[in-house]
Amino acid sequence: MSGPLAVLTLENYIASVLKSCADSETVATVAFVLAALTHAALLLGLFGGLPVFYIWLERKVAGRIQDRLGPTRVGGKFGWLQTIADGIKLIQKEDLVPKDADSVVFRMSPYLAGVASFAAFMVLPVADSWVGVAAECGAFLILALMSLEVLGIILAGYSSGSKWALFGAMREAAQMVSYEIPMAICALIPLLIAGSLNLQVVGRMQAGGFWNWFIFHDPFSFLAFFCYFTVATASVKRAPFDLAEAESELVAGFHTEYSGFRWSIFFLAEYASMFAVSGIAVLLFLGGWETGAVVPESIFGAFRGWGANVPVPGFEIGTYIANVFAAHVFVVKASLLVTLQIWVRWTLPRLRIDQVMTTCLKYLVPISCFLFLGAVLWPLILASTNSRPVVFGPALKSVVSSGSSSAPSVARADSEVAR
Amino acid sequence: MTEQLLFWVFAILSCGGALAVVVTQNVVRMAFWLVVSLGAVAALFFLLHADFLGAAQLLIYVGGTVVLLVFGVMLTASGHTIKVQTTPAETLLGCGVGLLLLCVLVFGIKSVEWAKEIPGVGDSAAAADQAEDAKLASDVASAKTDESRQAAINARDAAVARRQSGRTLRQLGLSFFGLRPDRNLNQEQGKPLAPGYLLPFEIISIHLLVVLVGAAYLARAKCRATSGLEADL
Repeated sequence: MSGPLAVLTLENYIASVLKSCADSETVATVAFVLAALTHAALLLGLFGGLPVFYIWLERKVAGRIQDRLGPTRVGGKFGWLQTIADGIKLIQKEDLVPKDADSVVFRMSPYLAGVASFAAFMVLPVADSWVGVAAECGAFLILALMSLEVLGIILAGYSSGSKWALFGAMREAAQMVSYEIPMAICALIPLLIAGSLNLQVVGRMQAGGFWNWFIFHDPFSFLAFFCYFTVATASVKRAPFDLAEAESELVAGFHTEYSGFRWSIFFLAEYASMFAVSGIAVLLFLGGWETGAVVPESIFGAFRGWGANVPVPGFEIGTYIANVFAAHVFVVKASLLVTLQIWVRWTLPRLRIDQVMTTCLKYLVPISCFLFLGAVLWPLILASTNSRPVVFGPALKSVVSSGSSSAPSVARADSEVAR
Repeated sequence: MTEQLLFWVFAILSCGGALAVVVTQNVVRMAFWLVVSLGAVAALFFLLHADFLGAAQLLIYVGGTVVLLVFGVMLTASGHTIKVQTTPAETLLGCGVGLLLLCVLVFGIKSVEWAKEIPGVGDSAAAADQAEDAKLASDVASAKTDESRQAAINARDAAVARRQSGRTLRQLGLSFFGLRPDRNLNQEQGKPLAPGYLLPFEIISIHLLVVLVGAAYLARAKCRATSGLEADL
């Protein structure tokens, strides 16, 4: 289409759009679609942007721990553009497929790992009613999605047609399949306290001061956080559990044969998964998007519900401002846990593969089972914890007192069960 | 319309993936196509707002079974065992069995009158839903004041949410405890109570325990009672 005609039709198009904008329903639909696209892009940006920051942080922290400076040149004094420079370098590299590799699976498996890692971001609520997919069984879903990443890594290692990659993939498979068990059991403890698999409900229940966080709910959940964090570190194959890519033994493990863009997708997935497991830890144990201090919560709590009513919950102007703040709190909290993972990586030596398996099967599984049992029995000991009603507490008290007051409290316990 | 489009995308992916599993001869590629097929089935469950079922499909089949399958292939397959080559007779037999199974499934599904068995399924239910949608939309359009308009919008959203919600999780959990509040509350007297799934659930749990014990027995360190001579060696 030649120039003037294109301009003319474009003008007509804009005019027709403006005309149809007079209809308020159309405006609402267009605004809704625009908002949806913007927030989807923001989520994708979180998935792409956070790893860039974490990789810079990893280099910087590693440098400081090893008494070096880390990156200093690219992007000013602190080298904060180093990851971008690395990314540009990696995209320019040749996309190589070895002769012995199964080329289709070899090419596809980085994307499998990346997609699984991004899918976890979709069910992770960053603020109150701000979540890509508000699933009722969000916690179950996110654990299921996290377990898919290993598939991409196994297929990558197997299809490479290399001994080192195969060894790395086999170690990874054995490690992941084992570590999924204590991870699920540890994640079950706060879910049991909340009585819901919905991550938003879990987050909302920890509102208020930091003493309402589930990590301080009972001694078992306190220990469960540390158990979960250990297992989560292992499940994203970070040191000291990074046997799948042990450089000293296996060249580079499962990604030995990968280069360029596909290699960088694996790293994107790894760092995004670090954020995802830390985000789950923050949501389940550390109060989610709440600051835990009373003052900022009351300030931003006052914003909630202010402004024009829109059909989508969480998008009134006041609620939006409060949620932007809450999302920042969430990302900062999760980033602190990621920093902890980086710190651990550059402090502790790598375990041997048999030690990794022993740690999981002989220590972490029994410990998490014990913690789970304790967390189940804890409400029987206390009638109520943190002024939160518990299911068995009132019923137990009424049985002990066995007076005329037993009937209403039993009925209350029943209603708790039914609800 | 978007849901229709997504349905076709995932339906084609799941059927195409399943076909590719049958057609491919390399075991690892079969596993890859199995992932595609099973993942697309999970996506179909999500489209139906059966979130729990979709997540279970992902966790058990894609994350569990396929990972174990690939793991097993890695440990065992090499050289000639990695390729699956079938004789024409085997292909014919497989096709026959597959067609028979397809016939059983299709005729089984056809023979049930879904609209009668389950409320909310079938053409009449869809027509009722459409009528309700139209009525609620006209309510929104015809509302005079802001408040009545807001109330109409809320009613519309509530109706949509009620129809689309996958909030069956609590009912599911309670039914595994043997409680069926969805069936047994507000029933007339004297009607037999609907049973839950406590007994099947427990039987499955015991089965899993047996399997675990068996696996531990099979995988134990096989050290024979050694005599003094062997110990010296």
